This record gives sequence, structure tokens and C-alpha cells, in this order.
Amino acid sequence: MNVADWIVLLATIVGIAAYGAWRTRQVRNLNTYLRGKPSTGWGTIGLSVMATQASAITYLSIPGQGFESGIGFVQNYFGLPLALIIVCAVFLPMYRRLNVYTAYQFLAERFDEKTRLLGAGLFLLQRGLAAGVTIYAPAIIVSTVLGWPLDPVIVATGLLVIAYTVTGGSEAVALTHRWQMAVIAAGMVTALILLILRLPDGLHFSGSVAAAGALGKLHAVDFSLDPSRRYTVWTGLFGGLFLSLSYFGTDQSQVQRYIGGPSLREGRLGLLFNAVLKIPMQFVILMVGALLFVFYQFAPHPVFFNQAEWRRHAQDGRFRVIETEHAQALAQSQSAIRAWVQARASDDAAREATARAAMVAANDRAQAIRAEARAALLAADPRAKIKDSDYVFITFIVTQLPHGAVGLLLAAMFAAALSSKASELSALGSTTTIDFWRHFRPLAAADEARNMRVARRFTALWGIFAVAFALFAGFAENLIEAINILGSIFYGVLLGLFLVAFFLRHVGGSAVFFAAIAAQTLVIVMYFSLNIGYLWYNLIGCAACIALSLVLQAILSRRAGVGGRAS
Amino acid sequence: MTSPPRPDRHRETESPDVPGFGTWSAVYLFVFGWFVLVVALLTVFTAMYA
Repeated sequence: MNVADWIVLLATIVGIAAYGAWRTRQVRNLNTYLRGKPSTGWGTIGLSVMATQASAITYLSIPGQGFESGIGFVQNYFGLPLALIIVCAVFLPMYRRLNVYTAYQFLAERFDEKTRLLGAGLFLLQRGLAAGVTIYAPAIIVSTVLGWPLDPVIVATGLLVIAYTVTGGSEAVALTHRWQMAVIAAGMVTALILLILRLPDGLHFSGSVAAAGALGKLHAVDFSLDPSRRYTVWTGLFGGLFLSLSYFGTDQSQVQRYIGGPSLREGRLGLLFNAVLKIPMQFVILMVGALLFVFYQFAPHPVFFNQAEWRRHAQDGRFRVIETEHAQALAQSQSAIRAWVQARASDDAAREATARAAMVAANDRAQAIRAEARAALLAADPRAKIKDSDYVFITFIVTQLPHGAVGLLLAAMFAAALSSKASELSALGSTTTIDFWRHFRPLAAADEARNMRVARRFTALWGIFAVAFALFAGFAENLIEAINILGSIFYGVLLGLFLVAFFLRHVGGSAVFFAAIAAQTLVIVMYFSLNIGYLWYNLIGCAACIALSLVLQAILSRRAGVGGRAS
Repeated sequence: MTSPPRPDRHRETESPDVPGFGTWSAVYLFVFGWFVLVVALLTVFTAMYA
């Protein structure tokens, strides 16, 4: 990084945060602090919903997913548009009719206080733990690649987001989201254009796409019914539907983004804006990863992208042999790809098939050496971090892009980190204040100034907790999956609570409360004892909560009937 | 007073005010149709390149 990069990075990130804090410094109204400005339009709501979901991990891990496993991850988002339609039609009108600050207030209205506390507690547990991950994830990757010390990056990022989120609450979050999304979009478009311009001579864009396809990176849709496959149309449609429904419908960090605004229309259009754009957007980001795979067949790159980890462990001659073998395999792969391109242009099907087989074999050889490198790392140190896909895109940014663009792309990463973190902190602060503090201090509800002070303090406390968690905890290697797995374990049951509330009118608070506890226990036991795609836990948790609620309600109703007759 | 202001009930039932769409059901149908089109295009993309 040079001076130009630093200027772009700091001016963008600190500038947006300072602007958000300054513009919202006068917020004294609890409604504005918790739900945003009442005049917020659908465009701002839509961008805010998008920015909340798009964490820095999204922009670091997803191109890595495309590079490593291809673009099949896009299927994960198939349930999202359907879920958003359901949220618009069912959840949002109910939240607005009840005029709630948090989604969990609805559970109190529909059931009872203990069910509300359970729902809010599940949210705080899941989102509170994830808050540490979302601050740690980009920090560790950027620090590793750029050689920056990790702890100051975590603390600086944390303090910046705490400052404007505590100052302006939900209004500051929505205001900064607009500019952060602009930076993210500018960064990703810049990266895509520069990547396309740097694709190897003779292949260009269309040839590179064809090569990525021939090398198995463009299998976007998989209709397989094999439950052990992580990404298929069915896991995306069903598991993804339940994950998205619980995330957008019951997670306060999202609910808070769209329950404000002058009317139901604004929230609905903001959500549908995401329903239309999300899959194409993720497809483009995954394609960046797939094209990076082709790019790196022709550009020198390390056998293992997390070079800090490699240098830490790869000391003896065995690793030098792996590096040499990888360079040789890469040269063979380049030749094989060029031969395939020529064969493809010759319109000779038999020649093309032979060249394709040779290209795939050469690529398999290069991939086998990468696998060998990971195995050697593990042999050297069983605690070594052997997944390097999160480092692919950032390595491309810092080694291939011109100065200025590097600063812009890093600004996009940090903008994404701050945007998702701000929503989380605001939601955690709101839920703790409204669903817990007010529950135990009911007389304080009428004191608006005190509510504001408490909401600010809880928001700051959650921020400090997230920073401390990021500083002192170790995390799973694939960061986006760590968050999705955590979400899948808790979200299903939380969604079950809300679906029972919306659609099973005869089920009461006690039945759904104990059913939710039993279902959550079941999901945790299954997670530690079975090997199935994690998205299925959304479906399992939700279905178990609903089924057990029906069974318990039937038992309770029968007992009440017997008791009634006996008396 | 800390309760949020009550939303205007008339505005809660208003039409989507989106050109070409008279009801929210029509808007949802459009979004669903768009989703089906995107999945169909991805399926074609997979058949072409994978």
C-alpha cells in the first residue's frame, strides 16, 4: 500500500463514519434511535437491508468459494426471494400493525413474556456470538496479508463502528449504509473490470468463462437429491428458504432495517429490491472467484494462499519440493488450457474432447499438489490453518491491482465490515433494552430520556463485547460458513416460534415455549452427532418446534379438558 | 412517552404505487416470475458451460 491507497481507505471509511455520527448527533427521539427516521424511503431501506447482510466476509469468502469449489454456492440464495415475499406479505404487516420496536415484542403480544424472552434470548445468543466473528473475520485476513498487527485493526474497526452506532442509533446505521454500499459496489465493479482486463492473452473473457466451465467451476445448478451434498437446488430452496425466512423475518438486525419508514410500502419495496437483486449479485461475486481461478492458471501464485501460515510451518525441504512441483504443474496446466482453446476453435469435436481431458487431468494434478501442501502443513502442525480460499481475493487485490484501486477495494472490505457490524450492534442494543431491560424495569418505560441512555449504553456494551470476543477467541477457518452454521443451529427454532405465532392460532405460550426448548436441544444434539448439510438444521429446528408445539398443545388441551370435567 | 407513534392505517392498506402494478399480489407475482427466470437462466448457463 502506498500513500494514495491510505488516503482512499481512510478518507472513505473514517469519512463515512464521521458523517454518520455528525448528521445524527441530535437524535433525541427513541423511535428514531431504534427504528430510524420516519421519512426513510424504500431505496434507503433496501440498501440498508442489503448492507446488513453483506458483511466483509461475504466479499472475502465468496470469491474464494468460487475459486475453490465453483459457483454452486449461488444456490444457497434460492430460498431468499421466496422468503422475502413471505416476510412482505405476513411478517411486516403484523410488525407494523402492532407498532413494535423489536420482533420479539410480537411474541409477547401473541403468547406471553417467557416466550418473548426465549425468542429474544436465542437472538442475543446467536447474534452476540456472530458479532465477534464479523469483526474478527476481515481483520485477521487483512492483517495477515498486509502484515498489519491484528489487535489494533480489531480495536480500530470496533471503536469506529461503536462511535457512530451509539451516537445516532438506527438512523446513523441507515444513513451510513447508503454510502458504504456505494463504496462496496464501486470496489467490486473495479475489481471485476480489472480482473477481466488482466485475463490471459488469447483467452479473454469468453475463453476464460469457457475454461472455467470446462474445469468444473461453473456448475451453478445441481438438482441432485444426495443429502450429503452441501449446495443443491433443494438445500437452497428449502434450507435457504427457512434460513432466509428466519434471518429476514425474525432477526432483529434485519427487522430493525425495515420496520421504520412512513408506510408499509417503503419496507415492502425495500425488501423486494433485495429479492430481485440478491441472486444476480451473488452470481457476479462468485464469477469473480471462478475467473480468478482461470487468471491464476496463468499468473504466478503460491501453492498456498495464506502465505503467513505457509511461512510459519513450511520450513524443511519437503515444502520446497511441493513448491517446485506446483510450479511445474501450473506450467503444464497453462499449456493444456492453451491447447484446449486452440482445439475448441478448430471445430474438431474429437480433438476438443482429447484436449479437454488433458486440461482437466493437468488441473487435477495441480489441485492434488495443493491438497498435498495442505496435508504437509497439517503433518507439520495439527493446529495449522489449512483452508486458504478466504485469502485468494485479497491476495489478488494487493498483488495485482494498481495503487488507488487497492485502497478502494480495502475500503470496500472495511465498509462491508462496518455496515453489518453497525446493524448487529444497533439490534443487540435495541433488543436488550426493549425486551430485557424494560421487562425487568416496567416503570421506566415512560421515561424516554432514560430509555435513550440505556439503549446507547447497551449498544456500546455489545460493541465492547464483540471487540473483546474478537480479541480473545479463535474461530473456525471458513468464516462465512462459521456464521451460517451458527445461524442454522439457532434460526430454525426461532422461526418455528414465529410460524406457530402466525399460523397456528390455537397453540398457546406454554406449549410453544417448551417445544422450542426441546427442538433447540434436538438440533444441537443432531449437529454434534450427524453429518448432513447444515442448511437442513433450519428446516429441522423449525419443523421440530412446530410439531412439538402441536403435540404439547394437544396434551395440554386434553389435560385441561380432563381437569375441567373432573372439577 | 416512549411508545412509537401509531402508523396511519389508511396508508397501511394503500396500493403499491408502482407503475404497472395495481396490487401487492401482482408485485409478488412479478418478483416470483423474476426468480423463476433467474433460476432458468442459471440452469441454461450450467448446461452451456459445466
